[in-house]
Order: sequence, then structure tokens, then C-alpha cells
Amino acid sequence: MNPDDALMPRLPIGDWIDAGIDWLKENVSWLFDLFSTVMDFLIGGLTDLLLLAPALVMVVVFALIAFVFRSWKLSLATLIGFAIVISMEQWETMMQTMALVLVATVFAVVIAVPLGILAAVSSTVSAIVKPVMDFMQTMPAFVYLIPAVTFFSIGVVPGIFSTIIFALPPGVRMTELGIRQVDGETVEAGEAFGATRGQILRGIQLPLAIPTIMAGVNQVIMLSLSMAVVAGMVGADGLGKEVVQAISTQNLPLGVEAGLAVVVLAVYLDRLTAAIGDPSGYPTSLIALIRKSLSRRGTDHAAAA
Amino acid sequence: MPPVISAEGLYKVFGRRPERGVRELRSGRSREDLRAQGLTAAVIDASFSVDPGEIFVVMGLSGSGKSTLIRMVNGLLPATDGEIRIGEEVLSKMSPAQVRDVRRRRISMVFQNFALLPHRTVGENAAYGLEISGVNRSDREKKAKEALEMVGLKGWDGYRPSALSGGMKQRVGLARALASGTDVMLMDEAFSALDPLIRRDMQDQLVDLQQRLEKTILFITHDLNEAMRLGDRIAMMRDGRIEQIGSSEEILNEPANDYVAKFIQDVDRTRVLVAGAVMEQPRETLGIGQGPRTAHKLLRETQNSWLVVLERDRTPAGVIWQDDVAEAVRLGQDELPWSDVHDMAVVSHDTPVAELFGRSAQHDAPLVVVDDEGRFAGVIPRVTLLTALGVIGEGESSSPAVDPPPGPVDPGGPGDAAQDAPTADDRRGGDAR
Repeated sequence: MNPDDALMPRLPIGDWIDAGIDWLKENVSWLFDLFSTVMDFLIGGLTDLLLLAPALVMVVVFALIAFVFRSWKLSLATLIGFAIVISMEQWETMMQTMALVLVATVFAVVIAVPLGILAAVSSTVSAIVKPVMDFMQTMPAFVYLIPAVTFFSIGVVPGIFSTIIFALPPGVRMTELGIRQVDGETVEAGEAFGATRGQILRGIQLPLAIPTIMAGVNQVIMLSLSMAVVAGMVGADGLGKEVVQAISTQNLPLGVEAGLAVVVLAVYLDRLTAAIGDPSGYPTSLIALIRKSLSRRGTDHAAAA
Repeated sequence: MPPVISAEGLYKVFGRRPERGVRELRSGRSREDLRAQGLTAAVIDASFSVDPGEIFVVMGLSGSGKSTLIRMVNGLLPATDGEIRIGEEVLSKMSPAQVRDVRRRRISMVFQNFALLPHRTVGENAAYGLEISGVNRSDREKKAKEALEMVGLKGWDGYRPSALSGGMKQRVGLARALASGTDVMLMDEAFSALDPLIRRDMQDQLVDLQQRLEKTILFITHDLNEAMRLGDRIAMMRDGRIEQIGSSEEILNEPANDYVAKFIQDVDRTRVLVAGAVMEQPRETLGIGQGPRTAHKLLRETQNSWLVVLERDRTPAGVIWQDDVAEAVRLGQDELPWSDVHDMAVVSHDTPVAELFGRSAQHDAPLVVVDDEGRFAGVIPRVTLLTALGVIGEGESSSPAVDPPPGPVDPGGPGDAAQDAPTADDRRGGDAR
């Protein structure tokens, strides 16, 4: 027996958590069932929607979206990248992953932004939220999969459950940071003119924090994507499943192709959300071009008058 | 009229259990004693009142507590002790909702770094206060437009603040405060971030707006020249305490203590002293109805080479010269000899002394000083102006005197410096402001 054992008794932390999980499963299973149903419905529906139109049509749509928010360059890259994915026969799996990522992102943001606002407004909330976020972000992502499977069994639902948990922290952090770093004098101006806290939050703090919050959303999407691939291990359909299958069968070509599709999707989502978060940084986006021509017409009018 | 803002024994102490700090300050402990206990005394026993339509300047260096003081006036920082009244209302007794209401109705604020909202247009920024008060869109847009026009930004409402220069941004800040229609404006180092020329411009504009709109303004600055230019009254602050409150001339001529005296050394007094303070009364003036013979007699008695002639309503009609009068008497004329009737430099009593030198150099006759109604108030012969300058110069070069320098009004003698020879200068001088 190791002499250290006498000094440091074994704490069965893992067993306690396990017992807790069991208790949850027995007592609030209705909640898990509800979550299951909703997620199955949302992801299934979104996947069906993305696969409704022929792949080539969808590629054009995605390329257009890229042009609207960023530039014709991303648009072109999208056309090429997505066409390659189609030719690798990974289109369907990529759309499944995209659906998973999008739904996970929406839920993560819906939870993270209000939580971040609370943490920015109240130091107490901030002090509680911070270590929890540290825990969530540093715990190896695979560990979330174990209780997720206990709750939801195999499939896409445990995948999205662990994805949301894993992707949440940057959303909360960046929201809090964004609001806290709004210039104190500007907030003071709101107070000085008699604005309520709600008016200051809605009219000053949130609008000015948007770029930072969007940087957080971008992070959420990236983490979702990486977790969505891991979620393939518990049977979530998509690129992750292909990768897991490639590992288990030592299928290098499949692994490379699925991996490449992940890269293409990641680059597309990253560049797109970065541009949505910072519209002024992309003067050649369709939105910016339209706005510019409108304002030019406006100043022409002014000059004429 | 009762004061708009009045503060009575204000204290602001930062740190844990600040009330303890106030008790210790009252019992004679110093700011440093408190710092050792981790308390920062920002404002100590400050009392002042601001009258309606007054520009009241709080002047102090950084760390003197002036920014804390202004934030206590609209409740952004609650006072640790003491009382602030806005009109009849006591700020510390109000609920948060009532305080917000006071800010919407009565007190607006202009900030050092403008504090504009970058995501809103200039027009929307100007309308911000009204929007917060729940004024409907068309009304607030109209008022914001008016306010922008007042500050010289007509036609800029559609632009973002980022398209504007610093001076223009602060005009938007000013317009935002004006548009909200409050009678009190707090200005926190409002012009300090601007470069000197634009600052000067904005100061002039503020004085102009204040005269038109009769706002009550509490202005914070660290720039003494700015304080002297703007302030009807000035409160000098140091280390959280108000050292002296008075008009700029009171502070210049009777500094309350060494600190104030040392501080005002650098002031360009010729910008602060005005014509009314250095002028003198001529021994005699001539009524317009009188003839050359009376003029001749008066000139002989006063031994001056010139004589100011007044209309019946005591507005100056002109200056006549000894030689012309003598000539007229010799020829037996009955009319006053207006050889150069309009060669008379008329200045308002509140013209800074610095602006008198040029005038004085252009005209041989003494400067004629008039009051606000244009009535004759006194004269400034060249020699008096030079004497005043000498006194000012001494005041500046002497060590920080506890005794104020002697008043520059020193009617040494009649202004014989004004030359005998009538001037050939034909320029119109009667450009009273």
C-alpha cells in the first residue's frame, strides 16, 4: 500500500457525481425528454431544410450570403470550397454538421448573452460565473459526452448538449467584457440625462458592446464546430461521424476528405461571422456598397439644395 | 432670486465606511491622515451657491476634487455628507426615480471627452436627452435641429459623430445639453480636450449662448485663463476644499491665501482687467449746448488739451481740442469746433485692457469709456493705460505676494500724454460695441 494513502484518503468525487447524475436521470427525466424532443425536431428540421434544394443551388446561396456580408473574394472561395465538398460526397454530412452547429450556437448565445449581461451588471454574479466558466472550458470536452449519453442515449441530442456546454463560455465572457469596457463617460452621459439602467443597457452599453459580443459569438461558433466533430463519437450524424468511422477503420482517404470538409465549413463560418460582427471593416460587402451609394445620393441631394 | 444650486457642507469620501472619514475630517484630521486609513477625501466641507443665469466656474488642478463636486450636483455621486439643493429640492432626500426626473427636467451635462454615442447620428445624439424623457420623435427631432443650429452645426444631423472634428463633437455635446431644455448645465472640463484656438471659439460661443438663453452654468476647468474668461464667479479648489469664491477681479486683486496668489501669477491680467477698472473721471466735461468760450474756460481750468463733449443723454458726442477751441474763440464763432468730430475711440467698460492698446495707438485722444447703455463713464488717456500696464507688469513679476498688488486704477495726473496737435486721423472711431 502506498504510504501516502494514509495521509490522503481517497475522495470518491467521481462516484458522487455519478450518483448525482443518476438522481437527475430518475427525477427530472421529463426535462431531458423535452430537451431531446425539441433538439431532435430542430436539428432534423434544419438539416432537411438545408438539404431540400439541390446541393449546387445551396452553394450559390451560401456564396451570395458571403458576398452580402463580406466580399466577393469570400464568395468565390465559398463556391470553390463547397464545390470540392460536393465532389468529395461530403455535402450531406456537412449540412448535418452545419445544422448541429447553428442550433447549438443559437442556444449557446441565447444562454450566454443574458448571463454575460448579468455578470457585467452584478459583481456577485460575475464572481460566481467566472469559475464555472473556467471549469466548463478546461474540462476535457469528451467528459461531457458521458453524462450526455446517460441522459439522452446515443444520437444527435447528447452531441448538441455537450456542444452547447462546451461552446458557452466565450459567449458569456465576451459579453461581460464588451459591456464592462464601454467608456465610463458615455454611460455617465446616459445617467446624467436621466436614463434608467434599462435605457442605458439597451441604448448605450449593448450597442457599443456589439463588436465584442459578436467576437464572442464567432468563438462560440468555432468551439461548436470543434465539439460537433467530437459529438460524432456518440452517434451524432455529420462530419464527426465520418471522422470517427475513418479512425476505427483506419480509412485515411475518408478521414482526409471529412477533415477537409470540416476545414471548409470552419473557414466559411468564421469569416462570415467575423464580417457580420464588424460591418464597417468590410467596405466591399454588398451591404456596405449599397449603403455607400445611398449616402452618396443623399449628399448629392444636399449639395444640390 | 433664490440660488438654483446650493451646496451646504458637502463631503465626499471614498473607501470603506466613509462616514467615519467625515467625522475625522470634522474633528480636524487632515486628508493625509485619512489616506493612511485607506480613505480618500475628494471633497471636504464645500459650500457654494449658484444664482440663476450665472456662469459659476470651479477651478482646480487634477485631484482637487472638482470633478467629484460636479458629479454630486446631479447625483451621479451621492454626497457622503452635506446637502445639495436644486432650486427647492434636496437631492439627498430623493428616490432614484426623483433624481432621474430632476436630471431630465433641470440639469444637463457636457463631458470632457464628449461622451457621444458613436452608433447614433449627430441628430439622434442631440435628441438623446429628449428621447430619455419620452418626448415623441417629431418634437425631439425639431428641438435637436434647433439646438444644432444654435451651436453652428446646421445640416450635420445625418452624420455620425466619427465624421466630426473634436470641436464639432463638443458642439454636439453642447447641443444635446441645450436640446434637453434644462435651465442648469453642468460642464465638466468641457473644452479641455480641444486645441487652444477652438477652445477660445467655444468659450465665446458659450458666453454668447448663455446670454441669449440665460442658462445657469456650472463649469469645471483646470485652466485659470478659461475660468477668468467665462466665470461670473470662480471657486478655487485645492485638495478637496474650496479656497476662495469670488469674481475674477476679486480673486486677482485679493487672493484669499498664498495658494491662490501663487496660482494667479500666471494669469495674463490684461485679459482679465477691463476698461472700466482702469478708466478715470475727467475733471470736467462739456454739454453739447455750450459754446467755444465755455470750452476755452474749462480747458484752461483743467489744463488738459482735450475736452469730452456729451449729448444731453450723457452719450459722448465727441472730443474737442485746445487749439481748435482757441481758434474758434479768436474768430468769434458760436459753434463748437468739431474739426475731427468723429475722431473719438469709444470702448465699452467691459473691454479687456489687452484690446485697448491698439485703439489707444490709433487715436491721440483718450479712449472714451461708455457703460452698457452707451452713456459716458470715463476716459482712459494713454498715460493711464501705460501706468495700468506697469502695475500689471509689476504684479506679475513680484513674488507671490500675500498682499495684492495695488489697484491699477491710479489717476496719476491728467492725461497730458495725449498730444496737443489735432490728429489728421479721419477714421471713424465711434464704434461702440
